[in-house]
Amino acid sequence: MAKKKKAIWEWKIVGRAIWDALLKLNPHKMMGNPVMFVVEIGSVITTALLFKGGSAFKFNLQITLWLWFTVLFANFAEAMAEGRGKAQADTLRKARAETIANRILPDGKTEQVPSSKLRSGDVVMVSASEFIPSDGEILEGVASVDESAITGESAPVIREAGGDRSAVTGGTRVLSDWLKIKITSNPGETFLDRMIALVEGAERQKTPNEIALNILLAGLTIIFLLAVVTLQPFAIYSGSPQTVFVLVSLLVCLIPTTIGGLLSAIGIAGMDRLVQHNVLAMSGRAVEAAGDVNTLLLDKTGTITLGNRQAAEFVSAPGITAAQMADAAQLSSLADETPEGRSIVVLAKERYGLRGRDLAAHEAQFIPFTAQTRMSGVNLDGREIRKGAVDAISKYLSEHGTGLPKEVQSAVETIARSGGTPLVVAENRRALGVIHLKDIVKGGMKDRFDQLRAMGIKTVMITGDNPLTAAAIAREAGVDDFLAEATPKDKMDLIRNEQKQGKLVAMTGDGTNDAPALAQADVGVAMNTGTQAAKEAGNMVDLDSNPTKLIEVVEIGKQLLMTRGALTTFSISNDVAKYFAIIPAMFAGTFPVLNALNIMGLQTPQSAVLSAVIFNALIIIALIPLALRGVKYRPMGAAALLRRNLWIYGFGGIVVPFVGIKLIDMVITRAGMA
Amino acid sequence: MDLYSALQYVLFLAIVTALVRPLGGYLERVFSRTPTVLDRLCLPIERLIYRITAVDPNVEMTGTQYATCFVFFGLVGTLLLYAILRLQAFLPWFFPEYHTTQLSPDLASNVAISFSTTTTWQAYGGENTMSYFSQMVGLCAQNFLAGAAGLAVGVAFIRGLARQCSGTLGNFWVDLTRALLWVLLPGALIGAILLVWQGVPMNFRPYAVATSVEHSQQVIAQGPVAALEIIKNLGTNGGGFFNANGAHPYENPTPLTNFLEMLAIVLLPAALTNTLGRMIGQPRQGWLLYWVMIFLFSMGLIFVRHFEQRGNPQFGGVDLQSSSSQSGGNMEGKEVRFGIGGSALTAVVTSNTATGSTNSMHDSFTSLGGLVLLVNLLLGELVFGGLGTGLYSMVMAAAIAVFLAGLMVGRTPEYLGKKIGPAENKMIMLYALAAPFFVLSFTAVAVSSKAGLSGLTTNTGPHGLTEILFAYSSCFANNGQSFAGLSANTVFYNLTTALVMMAGRFGLAIPALAFAGMFARQKNTPSSLGTLPTDSLSFGILLTISLITVTALSYLPALALGPVLERSVFGT
Repeated sequence: MAKKKKAIWEWKIVGRAIWDALLKLNPHKMMGNPVMFVVEIGSVITTALLFKGGSAFKFNLQITLWLWFTVLFANFAEAMAEGRGKAQADTLRKARAETIANRILPDGKTEQVPSSKLRSGDVVMVSASEFIPSDGEILEGVASVDESAITGESAPVIREAGGDRSAVTGGTRVLSDWLKIKITSNPGETFLDRMIALVEGAERQKTPNEIALNILLAGLTIIFLLAVVTLQPFAIYSGSPQTVFVLVSLLVCLIPTTIGGLLSAIGIAGMDRLVQHNVLAMSGRAVEAAGDVNTLLLDKTGTITLGNRQAAEFVSAPGITAAQMADAAQLSSLADETPEGRSIVVLAKERYGLRGRDLAAHEAQFIPFTAQTRMSGVNLDGREIRKGAVDAISKYLSEHGTGLPKEVQSAVETIARSGGTPLVVAENRRALGVIHLKDIVKGGMKDRFDQLRAMGIKTVMITGDNPLTAAAIAREAGVDDFLAEATPKDKMDLIRNEQKQGKLVAMTGDGTNDAPALAQADVGVAMNTGTQAAKEAGNMVDLDSNPTKLIEVVEIGKQLLMTRGALTTFSISNDVAKYFAIIPAMFAGTFPVLNALNIMGLQTPQSAVLSAVIFNALIIIALIPLALRGVKYRPMGAAALLRRNLWIYGFGGIVVPFVGIKLIDMVITRAGMA
Repeated sequence: MDLYSALQYVLFLAIVTALVRPLGGYLERVFSRTPTVLDRLCLPIERLIYRITAVDPNVEMTGTQYATCFVFFGLVGTLLLYAILRLQAFLPWFFPEYHTTQLSPDLASNVAISFSTTTTWQAYGGENTMSYFSQMVGLCAQNFLAGAAGLAVGVAFIRGLARQCSGTLGNFWVDLTRALLWVLLPGALIGAILLVWQGVPMNFRPYAVATSVEHSQQVIAQGPVAALEIIKNLGTNGGGFFNANGAHPYENPTPLTNFLEMLAIVLLPAALTNTLGRMIGQPRQGWLLYWVMIFLFSMGLIFVRHFEQRGNPQFGGVDLQSSSSQSGGNMEGKEVRFGIGGSALTAVVTSNTATGSTNSMHDSFTSLGGLVLLVNLLLGELVFGGLGTGLYSMVMAAAIAVFLAGLMVGRTPEYLGKKIGPAENKMIMLYALAAPFFVLSFTAVAVSSKAGLSGLTTNTGPHGLTEILFAYSSCFANNGQSFAGLSANTVFYNLTTALVMMAGRFGLAIPALAFAGMFARQKNTPSSLGTLPTDSLSFGILLTISLITVTALSYLPALALGPVLERSVFGT
């Protein structure tokens, strides 16, 4: 996991955020945030009344200033969250800089056009050290491409026509060779454009849960508005009318300004955390859905196991020594450049001390693997060594009148049953033994799956292996379920079936045949190395093309939702202390007995109100790092999570303001501010 | 706590708890139209009713249709009752010499709305206002009908939580009919017989005139009391036959009748939690709501009894200890035959359950005892609550806690497998806003207007504020009990309280039904370890705290200037 930790308070971002916070005071923009809009209106009212004059000017002025600070702090929080994305967008914009493209005309001639003039369907030629002008599909050529502008990964990648690695992205650079590319996007709609828009949050739309929470906050705001507005008639009835400054202070303290001020920052920061993990979510909705996922479909290869099978053991036939078997196995694989082949050579060397041999000295003839024979091998000094799948070798042997010995047969079955892949080695039409190829489960995956299970998430391994092999690997890796011999249709059916039960499904995919399943899944993470079709079907793109990251995506989704819940709970819990500060301050003048409610022992009614307002403003600033970083996520069951968060944010939310308000009261009375 | 009170309370809670399961099961069978013991008796009558009214019992209604029928039924009931009340002088059993209070248009409309919304707020005294015809055909009938309508809505709400991928919540007319035939009528019949056995009158005779020991003439009101008495409790209405309501010896002659009447109030609303658990297939969810209710109920009971038994500290030096020769404590406004224990039980039951059938004068409670009752009203009648309405009140109020807790476990919030999204949250907040809006606004208007202040004929100051706040809280809660002391039979109070009663009835039922409709349409998300457990102890604690906190935050300023200030100033 390449987590790039960034400091929260970067001076460049802070500077810009301060300026943005002022710009955001525009009421038109504030209306999107009902809670803070109410605070702004309150600030305007107190400011207007301030100029009308009256008594207690010093107190009223301070209240007014702190109300404005409350609004500004909330805007600042949002601007801070946006700031990091904006900085990243600036870098991306540089990559988008205008380049000149060589467009190939239908008659075969080329013409030079600016990249912004390219349309979908145009064909361009890109040579070494040139920038790829726009997104496209490679028609011809193989080239190494530097994609660091997008992925941040400096090692070049190979892109070639045909297959699953044929997509290229505008703004990346060809390092060697050339590519003939068919452009697939129009200007302004390229991946880079979308990425800039996403990280910048320009088109950020509120997600369903954010809207739901906003409704809740607006509702609470109205309830407190009613409580405060009706308080004045009650106060007049009781012979103790209040000033507008005090009433507005009470209102602002009661309405959930803490979460109201931080809500959009939390959302932006959540998306930003994904970007820092090099995942681009096409919508915030997908991030929320990630938190709700019930079922994870994980491709076996690359996610659960290391990319390839490796030789784990040689089993020799009766009458054959282990050394003989190892020797033949090694010889048959020396020219085999597949990872499996190489692992056989490595095993022979590690286990039997056989060094690699220079076959140039011998009259070696290599027999490459073909789809017809499904065997490979070597003819060397009169020895005819072959290795291959069981059925292929037994067919080869029976053609020459021999068969597989019973012992070899049973070794093959044992290996297959344990989830391995048996490869039979034969020399001069005689079976020497079996190579046990094994899937190597990545380290730490079992723990990962245990955590997911504790979070209530089911993991399903998807593999093309036969059920026997799949079951064995599934058991070893600790996944809950597996889908063997999976075809794209099987995958699709599995997703539909889970969804029919009301579950949310997340998956990763890269190939074109994954596209329908990616589109069907609630969270579809496409690999950046994948085809254009896959990238368009999914709702997230992983720039690192690391399928394991699906798990982190789920965690980020959960963290986002938890942060919202935790800060809302904190915000509402805070009100208890604020009531205890302000209500006695309001009425202790007329009814000294009510001072019994002043359990914090605040100095004067004015200092009490002012302290509550100051606390209310400062807590926004204090919680910005938490909003941007998200509350700490621990993989555990919901019941334990609830208990934990209730203690920290519910109980803590009640206690913290009592302490905070008391401290502020001590400071401002000593400083003579009230 | 004295042994008598303690025994009474434990026995009460034990009986309720023991009956929750069988009654809940019975209600489930009644409303899912599966066989019950009463089928042989009730089915023919049911069929006959459908034939006469041309109702097709198999046609189901959407949330909107259900709500429309509910509102329509309530309005027709209101108009009918209004007509009866205005015409009572021309109808049978009217004694002009006793029924002296004029049923003016504003009073009659207040009463009509009051009874058709199960509020049964009484701005009049029963024995000197209502003829026996009005009592029986008007008020008693509305007690049955409005109570049954509330139960129907509660059942429809449960269906909304239980169903998935369904556009409908059941048929209002069927639920109404079944609530009457299978539940309220048989229950009332049994209860009325028990009351008559204990001495509650059931006759149509004119008031008796007796000569007292001091040789003075005394008019003793009587009438068909038992019939009204039982249904006013069973249907969580609470409007008394007599002005003194449950304190009157003919309504509530013995400690046993008091106990039975309290059971009649609580049993059905409590059992509905079990019906909910059964219908959603997760009995524990129902039990959680039940135990949260029991907890809040018990807290109220303990506090009220404590504050009342402690008595009035202004009586310095007077012996207020309870002993074998006196009940001690604050006995002002309480009946000796119920004592502090029985009065506290009734006060807490009625204030929690949208039932106004008080047996003591709440105005005379200590300020903190009265505060508890007021808080019960403001909680939103969700501790058992009104018949049918209490259950949805609890769920709608719980939804805010569910939403926050759901987020805190890292999922988009869900309850019983259904997601709480923006549309659902709108209904939850509409529901949550209604009470503060109506209660606080109207109290504010009353304390700042001459018409409102003129009602404060006995008390002013903080106690006066409490009286007005209590009146609107009680009306919005469709409870109907009054703090007394407030002269409420004025045009201003008759009209404003009527409006608030309607808001409390329909303004809550409509968003609740809309919410249930949205839940019914959703597909269930299967629960997993990652799902918020809404049947665990920690959720129960969270729910309890959040119910109290949300109420406290909304009303604290008002409460501070009412009962809290009174307590601080007078120490009572």
